[in-house]
Amino acid sequence: MSPPKHERTRQGYLIGMLTPKARGALSEAVLEAMRVRPADMSTACATPAESRDDEQVTLWALYELHHRGFDDVDDELEWDPDLLALRRRLERAFEGRLRGRWSPPADLPGPDSFAEAFFAFVEDHDGASLAAHVHRDADAEQVLDLFRLRSVYHLKESDPTAWVVPRLDVAAKAALMELQYDEYGTGDPNRLHAHLFARGLEACGLSAEYGAYLNDVPVEVLEQNNAMSLFGLHRRLRGAALGHLAAFEATSSLPSRRMAQGLARLGLAPEMVDYYDEHVAADAVHEQLAVRSICGSLLAAEPALVGDVFFGAFSCLDLEDRLARHVLAQWAA
Amino acid sequence: MSAEPPAGDFDHPDVVICPGGPLLLRGEHVVADEQGRTHHTTRPVSAVCRCGKSATQPWCDGTHKVLPPRARP
Repeated sequence: MSPPKHERTRQGYLIGMLTPKARGALSEAVLEAMRVRPADMSTACATPAESRDDEQVTLWALYELHHRGFDDVDDELEWDPDLLALRRRLERAFEGRLRGRWSPPADLPGPDSFAEAFFAFVEDHDGASLAAHVHRDADAEQVLDLFRLRSVYHLKESDPTAWVVPRLDVAAKAALMELQYDEYGTGDPNRLHAHLFARGLEACGLSAEYGAYLNDVPVEVLEQNNAMSLFGLHRRLRGAALGHLAAFEATSSLPSRRMAQGLARLGLAPEMVDYYDEHVAADAVHEQLAVRSICGSLLAAEPALVGDVFFGAFSCLDLEDRLARHVLAQWAA
Repeated sequence: MSAEPPAGDFDHPDVVICPGGPLLLRGEHVVADEQGRTHHTTRPVSAVCRCGKSATQPWCDGTHKVLPPRARP
């Protein structure tokens, strides 16, 4: 056993997360094994998943060992061979499902036409929009529900992409850091995007503690978060990670303006309006950097990754569309 | 694996015109809008509106993407 965790201060929001509720037999067995650390971890890890929820919450918990960990789990388990083997088994199934949803276009663009082709690809993906509903129709309770779902990612905004940095060649690495530096507040913790969202949550009377609403989120949110960790943690998938980033940035500026206007319509906290206003401006820059500078440099150095760049972009758009349809159906909007 | 030179110069312009989109400015600048009011850049790279339709002049807010292609800069 490693020594007990250091006493953590209560400053900031990245504290105090406990393992989430199980969603089936596999997560029940694995989360329990993570907490008590039995001599034999492999039996728990061999439990079949009962459902997609069960599989995804298990995978999410395994990924969290690499992000911030849990207060009720020994940090040593981040590199436990049985848990890593289980993670790999779940990842293979998950990546297979993501790739199964994607039909690659017949002809992928070359480096010279990549940026215009990529923007056109994103524009042509006509998915359901939560921002459009928040803009005109949502009530305050629905918007607070949406913040709870978004908090799972927004409180670690940009973190999965940071894993990609050391896997890149010179130009793409510099380009990614130019964007990440802005995401992380250009050195000012008060401007770090995850922190702006935490302040917004608190101003709305919600918890800003990392993972506070994990037990409330549907499987679509788990899949969104797991896809980013999957792409970020595997060097092999660096093209998908950066394609995901570019699609995310390219679908942020206009929806963020609708969100800000919707929150103002409902009289919600100005701190949260600030978070979305910041993303109108930042992501109008970031979409250009992510597509032209980051993915452009990546593909100049490694043109064979163009298929994965589009796969990552598709996964980003498709997972958001699935979440939006689920939430809008729940709201009967 | 790499098509890049092991050492040497990369293109890294301070001003980048994005086809159909904004003008990117690297570094700190003061931009005067159409009314002559001045605006300081606040981030490492800023996007200046070129389509004229942004609601946050002089900065880009992504509005060019909802214009018909012929109306884009």
